[in-house]
Amino acid sequence: MSKFPRWSAGLFQLFIKELRSIKADPIMLVLVLYAFTLAVYSVSTSASTELRNLAVAVVDEDDSQLSRRLIEAIQPPIFQQAAKLSPRDVDVALNEGRYVFVLDIPPNFERDVLADRPAELQVEIDATAMVFAGNGVVVLQNVIANEISEFRYGGGLETTAPVRLVMRNAFNPNLNSVWFGALMQVMNNVTMLTLILSGAALIRERERGTVEHLLVMPVGASQIVLAKILANGLIIVAAATLSLVFVVQLLLGVPIQGSVALFLLGTTIYTLSIASMGILVATFSTSMAQFGLLAIPVLIVLNLLSGSATPMESMPVWLRYVMQSLTTTPHFVSFTQAVLFRGGGFPLVWQYLLIFLAFGAAYFLVSLARFRSAVLRG
Amino acid sequence: MTEPVARLDGVSHRYGKRLAVDDLTLAIPAGCMAGLIGPDGVGKSTVLGLLAGVRRLQTGHVETLGGDMAVKRVREAASPRIAYMPQGLGRNLYPTLTVFENLDFFARLFGQGAAERQERIRDLLTATGLDPFPDRPAGKLSGGMKQKLSLCCALIHDPDFLILDEPTTGVDPLSRQQFWDLIDTIRVRRPQMSVIVATAYMEEAERFDWLAAMDDGKVIAEGSPDEVRAKAGKDTLEEAFIALLPEEKRLGYQSVEVPPRVVTPDEVPAIEAEGLTCRFGDFTAVDHVSFRISKGEIFGFLGSNGCGKSTTMKMLTGLITPTEGWTKLFGQSLAGNELEIKQHVGYMSQSFSLYTELTVRQNLDLHAHLFFIPADEIAARIDEMLDTYDLRDVADSFPDSLPLGMRQRLQLAVAVIHRPSILILDEPTSGVDPVARDSFWRTLITLARDHGVTIFISTHFMNEAARCDRISLMHAGKVFAVGAPQELAEQRGKATLEEAFVSYLKEASGIPEEAPVATAEETAALEAATNAAPAAAARPRRFDPGRLWAYARRETMELLRDKIRLYFALLGPVLLMITFGYGISFDVENLTFAVYDQDRTPESRELMENFSASRYFSEQPEISSEGELQNRLKSGDVNIAIEIPSGFGRDVMASRQPEVAVTVDGSMPFRAETARGYVTGLAAGYASELAAQRGQAVPSVSIETRFRYNQAFKSVNAMVPSVIMLMLVLIPAIMAAIGIVREKETGSIANFYSTPISKAEFLLGKQLPYVGVALLSSVILFLLALYLFQLPLKGSFGLFAVGTFLYIISTTGFGQLVSTFTRSQVAAVVATAIISIIPAVNFSGLIIPVSSLTGAGRAFGLSFPPAWYQPISVGAFTKGLGWADLWPNVLALCGFCVLFFVVSLLLLRKQDA
Repeated sequence: MSKFPRWSAGLFQLFIKELRSIKADPIMLVLVLYAFTLAVYSVSTSASTELRNLAVAVVDEDDSQLSRRLIEAIQPPIFQQAAKLSPRDVDVALNEGRYVFVLDIPPNFERDVLADRPAELQVEIDATAMVFAGNGVVVLQNVIANEISEFRYGGGLETTAPVRLVMRNAFNPNLNSVWFGALMQVMNNVTMLTLILSGAALIRERERGTVEHLLVMPVGASQIVLAKILANGLIIVAAATLSLVFVVQLLLGVPIQGSVALFLLGTTIYTLSIASMGILVATFSTSMAQFGLLAIPVLIVLNLLSGSATPMESMPVWLRYVMQSLTTTPHFVSFTQAVLFRGGGFPLVWQYLLIFLAFGAAYFLVSLARFRSAVLRG
Repeated sequence: MTEPVARLDGVSHRYGKRLAVDDLTLAIPAGCMAGLIGPDGVGKSTVLGLLAGVRRLQTGHVETLGGDMAVKRVREAASPRIAYMPQGLGRNLYPTLTVFENLDFFARLFGQGAAERQERIRDLLTATGLDPFPDRPAGKLSGGMKQKLSLCCALIHDPDFLILDEPTTGVDPLSRQQFWDLIDTIRVRRPQMSVIVATAYMEEAERFDWLAAMDDGKVIAEGSPDEVRAKAGKDTLEEAFIALLPEEKRLGYQSVEVPPRVVTPDEVPAIEAEGLTCRFGDFTAVDHVSFRISKGEIFGFLGSNGCGKSTTMKMLTGLITPTEGWTKLFGQSLAGNELEIKQHVGYMSQSFSLYTELTVRQNLDLHAHLFFIPADEIAARIDEMLDTYDLRDVADSFPDSLPLGMRQRLQLAVAVIHRPSILILDEPTSGVDPVARDSFWRTLITLARDHGVTIFISTHFMNEAARCDRISLMHAGKVFAVGAPQELAEQRGKATLEEAFVSYLKEASGIPEEAPVATAEETAALEAATNAAPAAAARPRRFDPGRLWAYARRETMELLRDKIRLYFALLGPVLLMITFGYGISFDVENLTFAVYDQDRTPESRELMENFSASRYFSEQPEISSEGELQNRLKSGDVNIAIEIPSGFGRDVMASRQPEVAVTVDGSMPFRAETARGYVTGLAAGYASELAAQRGQAVPSVSIETRFRYNQAFKSVNAMVPSVIMLMLVLIPAIMAAIGIVREKETGSIANFYSTPISKAEFLLGKQLPYVGVALLSSVILFLLALYLFQLPLKGSFGLFAVGTFLYIISTTGFGQLVSTFTRSQVAAVVATAIISIIPAVNFSGLIIPVSSLTGAGRAFGLSFPPAWYQPISVGAFTKGLGWADLWPNVLALCGFCVLFFVVSLLLLRKQDA
């Protein structure tokens, strides 16, 4: 037999062995299953940034018909029923974090409005409630302005504006955060589990000494590493596909705009690069525990600094460059958003696939270079 | 006979379903050297553990030094009089600590003062010949030296009862002999001391005064060695042991016969090595080793653990590249012909190294394929292996469920499935019982004699070595004798191979042949060591800060020498703080927008100027068609597209309320929501500007917003203090949990079981270093917040400092609590991370304000420290609060510190299961 068929036959055997190993590890399988089903479902439906249940208090120094109308206009689900507060309790209440907003209605407010005299309402905002204060106050201002306009002119704001703004949301008409959350969760799982699975596969062989056994056989490091990358990548791509079809599309009812096939192609190449990275991290540790300590910070960094939690534009420029030039994850996030959210086609995203390939090859070569010395020393 | 030193009465012990000790009744005579013999897994270690009080008694009655070991107070009082050395080379030692530091730790545990410690350690080191290496890390000692050090640690407090569990397994014969002589000398000095030893080497048992042979949790014979031999009617203890086994175990047993080898004229040697050398850094593992082994020869490789045997074998198989020298198999060097040569080699490594997740058949199948056995022959070959190695009945079982002997047969079957002409076997029989070992050897002999396979085997057992055609003796990386076993013994004028080996070792180490093992100086030192004044306090104190400090000190030293844990503890929080600080940002800025202006009038431009002027928006080149608008949204080039219809200017002037279409990229809902807010605000501004220009009545009500605590409304101001909260729970808790579980994994937890340290001392001592590291990391985080993130500290520093300190104590305490019910480090890391992250992230105000949380979530959050600390951190940094506002939170943190400590104390067991 010539060289290449032998090499690939060995690779195939090792690939099958890896799949069997994964099959024999029920805890890992349960983790994968959980992450791609329950976790996707619960995280996307619960941990949302949609405005909900915000606590508001009103200091009503006017006690008029208008002020009471304002208080009533503040309604669930976005706000809690507004509570009344006396002026001297405002500081303590905000210090204790009891309310996000405190609306102050000054004395004689109704009279001023009716007389078209300038009047001022004040909203105190607990600006440490970062996620909700900014958007919440815009909604609150709108609610109040509308209510006043109705009270004074008998019609909402739009009747008086010089220009009619027609706002439309592309790709997600109702800004449903489940759509975003579910897909980002699938994506984060792909990154996290591929890295853990492939790294753990190598550590397991090291801890048990089986990798030595393999190296004594007519098998090379490249086959061992590649078999792990392919087998674990395959499992994750399969799980991600099922999750996308059954959990995201069917169960959560998220309409996917773009081509799922294109997404899978990209994901496949991406998992290969992340699996190589997992192997690389594993070459720096001798036991599962060490691998855990090394991998936890890496995973959190990949998770939060890749644009899936916060847009890359909001990060300092230097950090953006660091992330984009060391890891593939930010590119994967851009790729996924372009394909799945905005329905971008191959001509729009082909360069991402090249990036995944290049990074994958680089990680793979470095792990291979470290493989022998790392694996046999420990 | 005098009163026995210990006795067991009707003792049974189970591990899950497995019965390890089966209704055992035994009295161990005092003042002598007693032995428990038998192969691995017959219950020896369990018995010793029960005697030492380190294992929890399940059924029956155990009495040691006249006290009932089921009673806690009795165990506490007995513990300073007992010394327990667990199984495994240096398993109770701390590998990164030096020889001196290890001893110092044990001395402190027994409450010895500085002067006493110094003196005892010096004496013990002199007595055991370890005095030249006080500064060598224990992990870098040879097997024999590790065991001597372990013994020193056991002897540091002058015990009355010395319990040694397989102290010489894996140790070279000279060190073994020195070890026993050392024990003999100590016993001469301290005749009142009783010793019990477990061993799998039957030869060693000859020197015991009394022994009990065990099999399957039962004693099959007891008495002096002579009595046991007489009872079985055999010449050696090994033969006697086999003879005494129950009938069904001996079934099919035959003694091993080695037919003489027919020497054929040597064409090319099967294995050849010349000047083979391997260095790791400045350590030479193998030093210029050379040999030639011809086809069909059984070549034995003898030496202690760590002498370079395994490394040599790895060089032969190509696993390690030699630093110098070369090897050839069948006249071909490995380099260049690697794949071809590997086809001819079968290898079996020291520990079991097949896939436990594959069945016996799948393991064979994998190896058959990897060795390119033609596909049509594989099935037949696997069948042949299953029959030859008697694995047919277990073909579809997983290796973990098989007894050790059978697993070794499987390993051998795997190693020969491709009909190799060379077999390299690294200690294939260690830990295997004598019957299984002999059957293994019969197979080897068949392979060598009938199939001409060359066998290169390493072993500790002298009777196995005697069966080899030739053997080589190795020590400290060097081979110093090669020859037929009988010849080697004769050359030295010794009766047995073991004596010959010892004599070679002595020559190699420069020890005179007939000199007493202990020199006069050493004996004197020993006398000094063993006759030193007994430790000041005869009864152990209930709470001794000295013992606590011993643990804290040792933990700190270990931590400082473990780079990965240190990286995680100190660099981890910094890395993550930067990640979280920048990564969880809710600031929406630099929104890209582009205009599709179909009007191009001053009015339309005026509207757009409102956008370009805003700091939230950044303008992109204009859009020129409907199609381009869609494309640019798709590619993510613009977040907002604004379409101004033709006739806009005219309509505005005529107050006809023209429509402006704004399309926002909705793929990120939060960003889109914020963008809409900005657009609405700008439109309102435009409207009032327009109204003012035209002299119309401006809407009379203004809504002023005051962003309290965080005027600039920047994410970092709110997030960073919360991130400190998250970092100081996640990392200190994981570190503290690992700190304890690690000891369970490496085995040094045995020291907690067997020494007088109390649970409270242990917990506090182990917690202290992690509190220290976490404090250091909290200072770093504090400085990062101040200088990198430019956060001013508006509130009380004192409150922050005290709150942080208490918070760290509570979170490390939480980690310890988790460690009481986790067994592996992996489980500890995962469990701690999950349990601490969920309340910290979801229910402590990190993202969702606490005021928006309802019943269950709120209550869940409040039952963990983060929800109490978050207001302190945010209060001190962003809100400018002080003691008056937050003292209840500080009090709550105090409560958690106490709570976690007390619960850990209740859950921690001072005995093994």
